[in-house]
Amino acid sequence: MKQFLSFISKEFHHVFRDRKTLLLLFGMPVAQIVLFGFALTNEIKNSKIVICDYSKDAVTQKIIEKIEASNYFEIEKSLKSDKEIESAFKAGDIKLAIIFPSQFQQDIMRGTGTKIQIVADASDPNTATTLTNYASGIIRDYQSENGGMLPMTIGTNPRMIYNPELKGSTNFVPGVMALVLMLICVLMTSASIVREKENGTMEILLVSPMNPMLVIISKAIPYFILSLINLVVILLLSVFLLDMEIKGSLLLLFAESALLIITALCLGLLISNSTNSQQSAMIISLMGLLLPTMMFTGFMFPLENMPRPLQIISNLVPSKWYYIIVKNVMIKGLGFSYIWKETLVLVAMTMVLLLLSFKNFKIRLA
Amino acid sequence: MMTKEVVIKTEKLTKRFGDFIATNEISFDVYSGEIFGFLGANGAGKTTAMSMLCGLLTPSSGNATVAGYDIYKQTEKIKKNIGYMSQKFSLYEDLTPRENIRFFGGIYGLSDKEIREKSGRLIEQLGLASEADKLVVSLPLGWKQKLAFSVAIIHEPKIVFLDEPTGGVDPVTRRQFWELIYDASDRGITIFVTTHYMDEAEYCNRISMMVDGVIKELDSPANLKEKYKAATMDEVFFELARGAVRKAD
Amino acid sequence: MRTLRFLLQKEFRQIFRNTTILRMIIAVPIIQLLILPLAADFEIKNINVAVVDQDNSSFSKKLIEKISASNYFHITSWSSSFEKTYPLFENDKADLILEIPAHFERDLVRENHQQLFMAVNAINGTKALVGSSYLTGIIRDFNGDLRMQYVQQTANAQIVPIEISSVNWYNPLMNYRFFMVPGILVVLVTMVGSYMCALNIVKEKEVGTIEQINVTPIKKHQFILGKLIPFWLIGNFVFSVGLWVIARFVYGIIPLGSIGLLYAFLAVYLVALLGIGLLVSTYSSTQQQAMSLAFFLMMIFMLMSGLFTPVDSMPEWAKWIARANPVTYFIEVVRMVILKGSGFKDISKHFLVMAGFAVFFNSWAVINYRKRSG
Repeated sequence: MKQFLSFISKEFHHVFRDRKTLLLLFGMPVAQIVLFGFALTNEIKNSKIVICDYSKDAVTQKIIEKIEASNYFEIEKSLKSDKEIESAFKAGDIKLAIIFPSQFQQDIMRGTGTKIQIVADASDPNTATTLTNYASGIIRDYQSENGGMLPMTIGTNPRMIYNPELKGSTNFVPGVMALVLMLICVLMTSASIVREKENGTMEILLVSPMNPMLVIISKAIPYFILSLINLVVILLLSVFLLDMEIKGSLLLLFAESALLIITALCLGLLISNSTNSQQSAMIISLMGLLLPTMMFTGFMFPLENMPRPLQIISNLVPSKWYYIIVKNVMIKGLGFSYIWKETLVLVAMTMVLLLLSFKNFKIRLA
Repeated sequence: MMTKEVVIKTEKLTKRFGDFIATNEISFDVYSGEIFGFLGANGAGKTTAMSMLCGLLTPSSGNATVAGYDIYKQTEKIKKNIGYMSQKFSLYEDLTPRENIRFFGGIYGLSDKEIREKSGRLIEQLGLASEADKLVVSLPLGWKQKLAFSVAIIHEPKIVFLDEPTGGVDPVTRRQFWELIYDASDRGITIFVTTHYMDEAEYCNRISMMVDGVIKELDSPANLKEKYKAATMDEVFFELARGAVRKAD
Repeated sequence: MRTLRFLLQKEFRQIFRNTTILRMIIAVPIIQLLILPLAADFEIKNINVAVVDQDNSSFSKKLIEKISASNYFHITSWSSSFEKTYPLFENDKADLILEIPAHFERDLVRENHQQLFMAVNAINGTKALVGSSYLTGIIRDFNGDLRMQYVQQTANAQIVPIEISSVNWYNPLMNYRFFMVPGILVVLVTMVGSYMCALNIVKEKEVGTIEQINVTPIKKHQFILGKLIPFWLIGNFVFSVGLWVIARFVYGIIPLGSIGLLYAFLAVYLVALLGIGLLVSTYSSTQQQAMSLAFFLMMIFMLMSGLFTPVDSMPEWAKWIARANPVTYFIEVVRMVILKGSGFKDISKHFLVMAGFAVFFNSWAVINYRKRSG
């Protein structure tokens, strides 16, 4: 037992000696939480638009004021002619142009009807759609407020459930948790075991009186603990900095996280068994792991939009299941009965990985 | 000694790292064509002194000239006139011997014709003909070291600095390595070498002994043995290094 | 010049001999450009709508028909009870619940005004936002249809319609990939350039060959140029493969603007980027450190570049980070030139800023490099 402890403390020394690796270990989750929590939002606001008003009358003035008052839009400038729209788009920031025809007010008074044109820069299609909808919404509102009550008006009242302010964090915090736990465990365990192999110290450890399995476990324990610390840091930041609420059971959350960490450690073990150089371990972990984890977890890219084969592949990524679990427990506040299937998948994955790496390890020792 | 032309001259050369004085006012002369052994325990300040002479480190105080050039102002000129081989094997392992020769020959300004001739001769001399187009990484350590030395003197420098060149090499190869050193010395190249092997110290014309950043002794091996009444250089070294305060790192 | 020739020759030999690196240069960008845009498809479609229809009238049926006819929505459930429908949120079977209240049709005709309720699963903000705004649009259209049909029948000439017509420029088919592919191309060039440059220099440090270089007459600027030029060329190569082969033949993206302009900007961008790689290498002594440092920086550069979320919506302090991020400018320029055909005049400011970055990062790196090897 004493030996075991001294192994573990040696491992901690390795980790804490290298400040740049520590930066990756703890700096990355903190930076990500802060950025996702405060800087990155899916909301579309303060979009710069141009207005081309051929009529310049009281009505267009009122509509323009209404547009300006919303926090979706910032009117960059007014154009004299719609011919200038193209150059405004090309020069950059403008996302939308609204054109009022001449004699706007007269045509409304006369009852002949009139037409407002909205031109969107659809190089970003989502922003274009959303902004077009916002702008037409504002114009319709004006109409129903001032044009008297229109017959048969259907109002809509969207309520945003789980995330009323449309913050990015509800989506990203579980994602960051999955990403960080996954990456740190796999990258760090595989790199640290392979480093011992490269330096030849692994042989020394293996000929020591300690059980080889214990050697491996003692390599994994520090990263297990570091990952849990990371998890606590992320949760503290989300609760106190981002004002997020952990709706479900904290115990369940930690248990499930521990499960993912173990899965990831097993994966790291497997990688370290199949390679001998740090550089290839890093490249395998980074290229073969970072990207799939980011892509297939579902927090950055919508899984349901992917082509079928990619969706099938995504089932192989442990963090995908963990992400579903965290969303359910942390944000929706659901209990174990809602996530037992996902938990089972993770347990099965861990078993398979453990079996594979154990088998591999035995062969290497023989 | 054929001539007494001084090629390295140091006066009170000192390097401090914070409070730590790595080399403390060392002064010595090295003469043209001699094999100068630079000895000392680990941490005595050998590598620091050598780095200053090669223009890798700027001294804290003191003066020195190498090949007649000042080590503060004329490092670029010094670099043209010296060769260097470090204790770490320092050729490119992912290039072949031929490519390494071509690269280092090229950056020392040899013409394409000279490079071709040299690499042909070197490869033959080292018996590398069958390995010339394999990657250096696959060569045995001894060959790598011999190749590294040959590359370090490819431009026929005035002085070559060797930092523990034979570390980890078997005695036969060490012997062959020293033959290469004698060859170079015969051609008039001054050899400045650090080593741990005291039998190698005996091969030198003169040796200096560094202890705790200062030079304790500087003389020919024979004179030193006589002075300390020792049968081997080993005993001389032990006698001198016993007083060291600094621990090896 | 001769020295530089030998340095370059050596670099290229080493790069082309290392199959891992070669694979990284050639295969990874191609695979990523093929797969990532498929995955990074934020085009909102396949939104699952659960309908709670408590009215069960001809109006409600028509509305539901209209919704299911659109390409964006799948009607996953249709019941009359909100309580039964709500659990669909909990197991992610529904993204949106539309509730049509009882007596919707009767009251709409009678009172001229009715409210529909929409509950949106907003864990994924983008999807919630775009989904609800699409649905609102459909309801609005439906509202218009109703008026045309029923109001005109009653010959009520009171309404003065303000028609709103919208046009989408530059991407009339609203293909989200047109937006993502150029951005991903930039990220790939950035990753390949910065990682490889940083790792390559640190490797010479770690192995010790840099010491050998330092005692030769090679000047520092020659050594640095010898490192930068190969990766500058590789950056150009990766960009070209992405632009000419993948973007053109797989995604059908043909730049509207000048190709020359694109390459001119790439040239300056790569100098700035390699400066960052150089800087990372001066602060690291092992490849693992360089990897950690480069990875950390890239993560922030990527998130703050406007690739996934709009820069305009960021708070002021975050906008400053975005503006201090070279990737932001290159993504903007690539999107502008490729999709909108912007000219030199439009991106002259970007050019100036990028040139500033190039000078800044490279001088910092060189100063730091000097200091540390002093």
